[in-house]
Amino acid sequence: MIADLLNGIGLLLWRVVSDQPDAKGALLPVLPAVLQPVVSAVLSVAPIIGVFASLFALTTLLERKGLGRIQNRLGPNRVGPFGILQPAADGLKMLTKEDIIPRSADKVVHFLAPVCLAVPTLLAFAVLPYGRNLVPLDLDAGLLFFFAVGASTELSIFMAGWSSRNKYSLLGAMRAIAQMISYEIPLIVSSVTVVMMTGTLSPMHIVEHQAGFIWGFIPHWYVLTPWGFAGFVIFTIASLAESNRSPFDLPEAESELIAGHLTEYSGFKYALFFLAEYLGMFAISGLGVTLFLGGWHAPLPGLEWIPSFVWFFGKLVSMVFLFIWIRGTVPRLRVDQLLNLAWKFLLPLALINLVVAAVWHFTAVWTFPGALVVRWLLGAALIGGPYVLLGSALSGAKKTTLRVYRYAT
Amino acid sequence: MLGEGIIKGMAETARNFLGSYHDAARLTTVEFPEDKIPAKESARNFPFLVHDGEDAMQGLRCVACQICEKECPPKCIFIIKDTNKKPDYVGKLQFQPKVFDIDVSVCMSCQICVEVCPFDAIKMDTDFELGGSDRFGGLLLNKRRLAKPNSYYHTIHPTEAAEVDGRLAAEKAKVEAKAKADAEAKAKAAAAAAAAKAAAPTTPPVVDSTPAAVVTPAK
Repeated sequence: MIADLLNGIGLLLWRVVSDQPDAKGALLPVLPAVLQPVVSAVLSVAPIIGVFASLFALTTLLERKGLGRIQNRLGPNRVGPFGILQPAADGLKMLTKEDIIPRSADKVVHFLAPVCLAVPTLLAFAVLPYGRNLVPLDLDAGLLFFFAVGASTELSIFMAGWSSRNKYSLLGAMRAIAQMISYEIPLIVSSVTVVMMTGTLSPMHIVEHQAGFIWGFIPHWYVLTPWGFAGFVIFTIASLAESNRSPFDLPEAESELIAGHLTEYSGFKYALFFLAEYLGMFAISGLGVTLFLGGWHAPLPGLEWIPSFVWFFGKLVSMVFLFIWIRGTVPRLRVDQLLNLAWKFLLPLALINLVVAAVWHFTAVWTFPGALVVRWLLGAALIGGPYVLLGSALSGAKKTTLRVYRYAT
Repeated sequence: MLGEGIIKGMAETARNFLGSYHDAARLTTVEFPEDKIPAKESARNFPFLVHDGEDAMQGLRCVACQICEKECPPKCIFIIKDTNKKPDYVGKLQFQPKVFDIDVSVCMSCQICVEVCPFDAIKMDTDFELGGSDRFGGLLLNKRRLAKPNSYYHTIHPTEAAEVDGRLAAEKAKVEAKAKADAEAKAKAAAAAAAAKAAAPTTPPVVDSTPAAVVTPAK
């Protein structure tokens, strides 16, 4: 019995590491029939929570280190060698801190808000394909599910802001609602191009569509097409806003709103918000990787022997690094700039991108030599032209003049 | 074109990120408890009492004149005069402080006590590691904790200390010269008086040619 169990666990691990299908099937037959559904669910959920929670811990450290280096500082280096135990210290601090609930707060909602934020964020991980045979839930409408649970995080942020009975919390929550609803639209419209091209809402199938190489070495990822590139850029900007990260961190805006909707939270509830924020960032980066960066596919033909989940997580971490890099570079936007960017710039571009994707799709029948290059240039011109025109129209309108003083000399 | 500035900014931050790994000059951080940079000569935080010689309590320059106590804007200095006197650096008998406390939790580092001290007894320190577990007693520095040798003053503020030493030495020399001259004059006057006394019965005293009268203006 025990030997069978160990054998099953070993086979399961081997099948995961070596990219083989039906990893769970290695262990489940060994177990009694009553336990099978429970163990099956745990086997799907536990790795997600474990892997992404440790990735969260690692990212908080790497983010502080990276931001430090960007500012020519050292970053945290006190806890453990090179500061690698810093997340453990932070976690202990969060756990042992006093949990303060404001006297006039709506206690039930105040308590529920962090939970309501963490649950949908974790649910979003269910549909992402992490490897060739690693997808917790292969939903036909997985993309729709992702955006649906992603949209429900807005509610929990508003719960947090409203129940705290604090002007900063409420202002932060209002900003969060305005920002997240505005950026949800370019986010979804830019993802729709991928759905148009693949004809499926299942992330698993979207990744399968990006298999193969053009001319034997250029991966068939959507980011390398004109519409895909534009879509990826729009998606990245919108996902920065969706995950409340700098330069779109207006809901928190520590210099204006103390901590926005987090102002009245302390201790582990605050940590839960923080965790949910980072998990949301991982989920949306994972979706970006799935939609545009070829998911778990290797970037070069000879590299397929490396397990597919290594490529997925490599791409995910690169996206996170890009987010950190942007955070270290770009200052926070004003509220009107934020909404202008979403409604006047990203949304029109995302809509034009739909046309570009359609043109790309209908020119696929061209067979003359060099057709691919011509299609690429056509697509680039169709999206690049509006980008330049819209950009200059929106940002070039402002002229700086010398200030004239009427009374002062 | 739109977005150009962001690309430029990203290139700059990437240069910093990579540069900080191979160019040590970029990292300006001093890892404090292990590495310390010496304080600047113009640095100051809280006052201390200068003493000459080995024994801190014997060599205190402070004469408990209480000028600093009166001038201190936040009133962080507390002095009680001692009843017995001791000689100061020129040998004159002066009072000394029985109690000299500075509450550094109140001190605002304005240096007014240093400016007003006529005896160069109180100076500004640069020692900032004053952390402790007792915020009342631990930050109320008594005269034993405040007393630091003149050599320490020389290490933290060399230029200022040399100037003070020079001034004190000049003053001392002046006082000594005066004392010497006084003593000489006294001796001469005594000699002259003795001579006059001896000569008195035979010759009348010559008023203008007494040596003491010649020496007097030179004092």
